[in-house]
Amino acid sequence: MPLYQKAMKHVTTMLLAAASLIYAQAPGPIALRGARVVTVSGPVLEKGTVLLRNGLIEAVGENIDVPKDAWVVDAQGITVYPGLIDALSTVGLPETPATTPRAEAGAAPATPRFGGQDLPVPVEQGPQFRPFTTTWVRAADLLNPADRRIEETRSAGFTSVVAYPSTGIFAGEGAFLNLSGEKEGRMVVASPTGQYVTLASHGFGTYPGSLMGVIAYIRQVSFDADHYKLEMQAYASHPVGQKRPNYDRAVEGLQESPRLLLPADDAKQLDRMIRFAAELKRPAVLYGGHQAYQIADRVAKSGVPLLVNLKWPEKAKDADPDQEESYRTLELRDRAPSSPAALEKAGAHFAFYSGGTSAKDVRKALKRAVDAGLTEAAAVRALTLSAAEIYGVADRVGSIEPGKIANLLVVKGSLFDEKAKIQYVFIDGVKYEPAPETPPAGDREGRSAPGGVE
Amino acid sequence: MNRFALFLMALPLMAASQTTVIRNATVLTVTKGTFQGSILIRDGKIVEAGEKVLVPDGARVIDAGGQFVMPGIIDCHSHIAADSINEGAVAVSSMVGIEDVINPDDPDIYRALAGGVTTANILHGSANPIGGKCQVMKMRWGKDAEGLKFEGAMPGIKFALGENVKRSGSPGNGFGASPGLRYPATRMGVEDVIREAFTEARAYQKEWRDYQAKVDRHEQAVPPRRDLKLEPLVEVLEGKRYVHAHCYRADEILMLLHVADDFGFRIRTLQHVLEGYKVAKEIADHGTGASTFSDWWAYKAEAFDAIPYNAAIMVRKGVLVSLNSDSAELMRHLNTEAAKAMKYGGLNETEALSLVTINPAKQLGVENRVGSIEPGKDADLTIYDKHPLSNYAKVEKVFIDGELYFDREKDLEERPGKEARKKALIDKLKAQEKKERKKPEPAEDKKSEEPGGAQ
Repeated sequence: MPLYQKAMKHVTTMLLAAASLIYAQAPGPIALRGARVVTVSGPVLEKGTVLLRNGLIEAVGENIDVPKDAWVVDAQGITVYPGLIDALSTVGLPETPATTPRAEAGAAPATPRFGGQDLPVPVEQGPQFRPFTTTWVRAADLLNPADRRIEETRSAGFTSVVAYPSTGIFAGEGAFLNLSGEKEGRMVVASPTGQYVTLASHGFGTYPGSLMGVIAYIRQVSFDADHYKLEMQAYASHPVGQKRPNYDRAVEGLQESPRLLLPADDAKQLDRMIRFAAELKRPAVLYGGHQAYQIADRVAKSGVPLLVNLKWPEKAKDADPDQEESYRTLELRDRAPSSPAALEKAGAHFAFYSGGTSAKDVRKALKRAVDAGLTEAAAVRALTLSAAEIYGVADRVGSIEPGKIANLLVVKGSLFDEKAKIQYVFIDGVKYEPAPETPPAGDREGRSAPGGVE
Repeated sequence: MNRFALFLMALPLMAASQTTVIRNATVLTVTKGTFQGSILIRDGKIVEAGEKVLVPDGARVIDAGGQFVMPGIIDCHSHIAADSINEGAVAVSSMVGIEDVINPDDPDIYRALAGGVTTANILHGSANPIGGKCQVMKMRWGKDAEGLKFEGAMPGIKFALGENVKRSGSPGNGFGASPGLRYPATRMGVEDVIREAFTEARAYQKEWRDYQAKVDRHEQAVPPRRDLKLEPLVEVLEGKRYVHAHCYRADEILMLLHVADDFGFRIRTLQHVLEGYKVAKEIADHGTGASTFSDWWAYKAEAFDAIPYNAAIMVRKGVLVSLNSDSAELMRHLNTEAAKAMKYGGLNETEALSLVTINPAKQLGVENRVGSIEPGKDADLTIYDKHPLSNYAKVEKVFIDGELYFDREKDLEERPGKEARKKALIDKLKAQEKKERKKPEPAEDKKSEEPGGAQ
């Protein structure tokens, strides 16, 4: 491509971006009138009106007085949902290749890496060197509003993601983001939301180099954090004549994380991590959950919330056709989408994350869960209010209630009808139209996908 | 699927009554002789074993048809049922433990059952002079990780000496070591690592004792930092954790016994201990057990000077000896491993059987629970069709805590059904994949039929 064409293309892109921004600005109050309103927190309104003002939901109900200055959308035949939340994501953060330098062939799946977030060089001497630890890194400080995945994700109905740095054992602190894609500061709804933990081990020659090593390391850091608190308190109250404790940023980062995100995909991992969370005496959220169908009652009873990965297991594309798969592998592939239904039935607290499912395939993945017995109401809840509750932001987002942030999804028809088009999303009361269906050129494979388990 | 099938299988036994009688059996008690008779089991325990046992009303009766019942086999050295085995980059990895990574889905558990094993000591690997914590397990196939743990068993820890820990054969080992290579590179270094670790552990122990003394005097004090590496070593010093030490050569065996003497603890078992026959008296004097192979050796330089008489010689010198597998395959026929000690060294039947039952039970500190057929012990039993010391013996049934966990007949019966279920599942998934692949086309067609739409 000649240089000037390249330049022109660039200019066009910029113009388009500017145009969409202008279009996105909606002055004054907006009323969505006569829509089916799935409030999630309350009953479904068959002919409801939602009034938005100043980025917030001002009113919702069947008999709402629409102010004269409101921009009224006659919403016949459409359904209004709370904006969807991807409960574990890297959208909005800088992208990097999904490899780690030290990952070995045949080892656990490589953990994605983020640019600008260099890991401490692994020192092979033990936990005191804090290997693969960046607890102090905050997603909220790394935001990239120009991430083109923001528009893709929005186009699939998501108004928010909970984004995490995802490299290392303690990867860093997440942030609840509104996908408004303008100023970094406006995107952050809550931070920190939690500490993203992986159990990826980095090979025999590196500490920790085994699953049990990683678990022991997490345990040690957790104990260290408890001890650090005592030490610091003791020193602060009587510094005179006392030995000054060392500052430890690894522990500081852990202390300020309100919860740990622990990976657990199959039944044994779920069982293991439920026990581990209880042992650590720290609030935890599990992610993965493909085999939750097997121990849904236990998950429910534990009270530990579970983020279910919507990337259902698939047969590897390059699988040897002559290789016979085990019954267990086959069963997991068959039954994984029934996990949400089992969790619903058991009364477990769960939400969804896309886990590398492309934004446009999320509804397809969701449909498989519904086909496997998940009620539509529970599916919507898991994508909205439950995620907000799990992250402690249900007072702000997750349902259509007066006073909450105006994050809405407007669908022409039902979210569960694959043909039904997403008409708009509102984020902080600002309207966004989905991008045209044809995906822009460029390969989306190899993107870092958070939430891969072990 | 196995689990479900086993559950169904065990259901009648458990539901009908908590009382079972195995009658018409040749009972090899190991500690109380051999007789033709019955075993009464109630609530998972052996209540009575003898020639004449009254069958209580409502008891489930299993006719052994003259077959052989022996205590479930105990393997003192195994690496099955764990998601990781070696934490290799540090010379002291006592902070890690198998207890954190138990894999209850490992089919080797079921296969071990099929070989008559009911209890196994799952050890950390041999990459470090001081390795990770061990886990004694019962082969309760179908239970979760907690359900596999041998409740109340003494905790253990793995030590290792010699070639594995000094990284013989690794690129850049020994002199001129490449940067970053782990210490130690020699047998001298191995001893040093162990001594240093226990010196550290003593200091750590003192730190906590001093803290406790302050608390007792009602003084203000911040508790010391918990150190997960040193905690298990303090337990070793205090006799609360057993040391299972991988070793081969006589010189390093003596070295380790001296180090333990210096620090005032005891090595519970020497593992592999292929040159144990050279220093059997010293091992016995230290009160240390030996867990060895019958005739597996020469897989590396330090494992050459081995003889099949090792187990028998150590037994005769007064060492508590067991035979272990260290292998998921060997684990399935430890009964024949025991029999080899009769050919090589002339142990009698009971002595031979002891090598895989009561002796390893003692080495693991669980002899009050398992290892022989005696009233009060757990009903962990294996039924063989022929004498278990025969090459031709096959395991027919295995009980743990009085529950049937393996039944050869049922296993064989269920295979066609399992095959069919698997085939049905494969077909279902194939059909689904086909549908998925086809889908895009009709979707495209429909799209074009749709009216302009909102976009």
